[in-house]
Amino acid sequence: MEELANLFHGFAVALQPYNIMLMIIGITLGVIIGVLPGLGGANGVAILLPLTFSMPPTSAIIMLSCIYWGALFGGAITSILFNIPGEPWSVATTFDGYPMAQQGRPGEALTAAFTSSFVGALFAVIMITLVAPLVAGFALRFGPAEKFAVYFLAFCSFVGLSKEPPFKTIAAMMVGFALAAVGLDSITGQLRLTFGVTELLNGFDFLIAVIGLFGIGEILLTMEEGLAFRGGNASINLRVVLQTWRELPAYWMTSLRSCLIGCWMGVTPAGATPASFMSYGIAKRLARRGNNFGKGEIEGVIAPETAAHAAGTSALLPMLSLGVPGSPTAAVLLGGLLIWGLQPGPMLFVEQKEFVWGLIASMYLGNLAGLIVVLTCVPIFAAILRVPFGIIAPLILVLCAIGAYSVHNSTFDVMLMLVFGVLGYLLKKCNYPLAPLVLAIVLGDKAEEAFRQSLLGSQGSLGVFFSNGLVSTIMALGLVALFWSPIQEGYSRLRTSLA
Amino acid sequence: MKPFVLNVALAAIAMSCANSAASRAAWEPVRPVEFIVPAGTGGGADQMARTIQGIVTKHNLMKQPLVVINKAGGAGGEGFLDVKTSSGNPHKIIITLSNLFTTPLATGIPFNWKDLSPVAMLALDEFVLWVNAEKPYNSVKDYVDAAKKAPSGSFKMGGTGSKQEDQIITVGIEKAIDAKFTYIPYKGGGEVAVQLVGNHVDSTVNNPIEAVAQWRGGKLRPLCVFDAQPMAYDEPIADGKAWKDIPTCKSQGLAMEYLMLRGIFMSPKATKDQIEYYVELFKKVRATPEWQEFMKSGAFNTTFLTGADYAKWIEAEEKRHEVLMKEAGFLAPGN
Repeated sequence: MEELANLFHGFAVALQPYNIMLMIIGITLGVIIGVLPGLGGANGVAILLPLTFSMPPTSAIIMLSCIYWGALFGGAITSILFNIPGEPWSVATTFDGYPMAQQGRPGEALTAAFTSSFVGALFAVIMITLVAPLVAGFALRFGPAEKFAVYFLAFCSFVGLSKEPPFKTIAAMMVGFALAAVGLDSITGQLRLTFGVTELLNGFDFLIAVIGLFGIGEILLTMEEGLAFRGGNASINLRVVLQTWRELPAYWMTSLRSCLIGCWMGVTPAGATPASFMSYGIAKRLARRGNNFGKGEIEGVIAPETAAHAAGTSALLPMLSLGVPGSPTAAVLLGGLLIWGLQPGPMLFVEQKEFVWGLIASMYLGNLAGLIVVLTCVPIFAAILRVPFGIIAPLILVLCAIGAYSVHNSTFDVMLMLVFGVLGYLLKKCNYPLAPLVLAIVLGDKAEEAFRQSLLGSQGSLGVFFSNGLVSTIMALGLVALFWSPIQEGYSRLRTSLA
Repeated sequence: MKPFVLNVALAAIAMSCANSAASRAAWEPVRPVEFIVPAGTGGGADQMARTIQGIVTKHNLMKQPLVVINKAGGAGGEGFLDVKTSSGNPHKIIITLSNLFTTPLATGIPFNWKDLSPVAMLALDEFVLWVNAEKPYNSVKDYVDAAKKAPSGSFKMGGTGSKQEDQIITVGIEKAIDAKFTYIPYKGGGEVAVQLVGNHVDSTVNNPIEAVAQWRGGKLRPLCVFDAQPMAYDEPIADGKAWKDIPTCKSQGLAMEYLMLRGIFMSPKATKDQIEYYVELFKKVRATPEWQEFMKSGAFNTTFLTGADYAKWIEAEEKRHEVLMKEAGFLAPGN
């Protein structure tokens, strides 16, 4: 009950006119940041952080977290309209979101994405409100072996649950692993595969790869198909929002499952990216119309968006209670907390009640404000697709180039983006899936690091991955996911032979 | 949407113009100054750089904006090489940590601190030996006995990065007490502290700021500090104990000392006037209450050095790192 009183006190703080104004400014800035690929939430928050130093800490965190929500919403816009995911966790949104936009249903896809984000975030905030003290400690049980098991599960559920030929998926994934290996080997502290090239010290950044593979690759494909932008007949009025809303409750099962996956992955600091991929993969298998996934199925937008936002939101819990940032954006927010003289950790909830509950209240209100802002703009976003390809394509190219440049302020990255664009075009022509490649670039070196840390700790014994109930369960789930098709086949054969 | 962007831009311009009380130095920046951090977001160097940026903005200490940029690639090599190749550009400064020495030695990238122009030492970061509060090690002696008794290599030390300060200290401890640890590298100091709370490693050498929250929360216990004298801060943190009450490792029979440089450098070929401008700027930063609060929260050693003293200190420290890393076998082939 005390928590509830604290929460209402938090609402009172967040609802002051000054804070509401900051909330709306934050959301708007965030959406703009999210739409520009490359200038992701982390960079946006970092750039705007100094603006908030003169504000009281509670107002500052409200504004910054609203920028964060806005960027999350904004990321979905480019994923759906142009097939350019601005953040790793929006990659899975493109699989069905972009086909929907091409079929002239961008409004539907955007509404589903925004609403699912809201549902996921809301679910996570409610969880934080109710069970924060119970859940906070869970992250402590995650050592390197447990972390590796989660990444393993993400990879396996992708290979095993995808409908693509498994060997093409694995081939694409291996290319991703090879790219992820470039740069500093964090276990030995030595440089790998850089061949003395200074630009490669940092390895291949996910954003450069994804802007090239998806954005540039898509433009090349469209050019080949005759310079026409499909989806120009999109309906552009607000009624589409209401129509979509009428459809959404039918997918409550997918939403609930995605919320749970998201919260679990967010609290175990594995993050939003594995959550969105895993949720998409599982929905593809379990949904009634799973065979249509990838061709513009609304459920294929709901699943990853809900999970990503549930994870992104619940990741703030380990950040506040343990001081472990779950994402780059959270890391910058963490820096902000320290500048305002707040020390994240077990004592924050006890000593800085007003701040913590103000933040939690702003999560409710910020998400609601964000949903209203972006939903009213759905027709405007959808109308972008009516602009002729000849005008919009150069604009997208410029946007991509700026995005790639702004990641490290380097022109080399712009070149690299073009190379990835050609690679993306070729892979698509040969029917290789791009998503496993991207997943491997994002999670490859994290998985490798966790794997090697575990083996260091166990002095080389693989038994560490089955050394306790938690890690064994996750590993076993991973193996089941990997061999899902043969298992299912064997099961049905067994049933027919028994019958 | 546009008016908001415009507002922010205007606010930024207004902020930079409002500053009229700048000193009459012979040289002043005429463009925004890039503040390079050769480490990732959220780490110790990044926190310090962003605190400085906040202080400069809040107190209008510069007419031009100070922009923090992270260049963490190759254990910071990316950042150092960036500044090295910006010869004669006075609008670029860099904050360093021990990777100023360790990165070129361990990776063999073509860089040495003499490529840059030293500006000032801002502070020195302390290292403390931490154990989980549930463990029965109440003193360095308990800890050393346990480490020696454990089968060789089964005692786990967690730390930030590979072949950098944390691992150098670990090797130093191994030598001092004649035991063998397994060193497990992680990406960031905060993560290391949490791994210790979760009992996934047996001890760490976290900086005070990385572990203080867990100490206050009763999850971790400090055993000793790797400095010649105890830290200066006497405000109680947990159980009535203050930073000052943590004994030095040497006094407890663990002979290892290590402090990490938090210093500022400029691009090569900086003129005297330009260096003088930044020295004055950082003197003003150090005088603000925010900076003093930050020093206290991280229990920093607040030694401030400039000019020849600073260069001499770096030179001695470079030699020491060379010896320590050579003994540990951390040098890249060819170094």
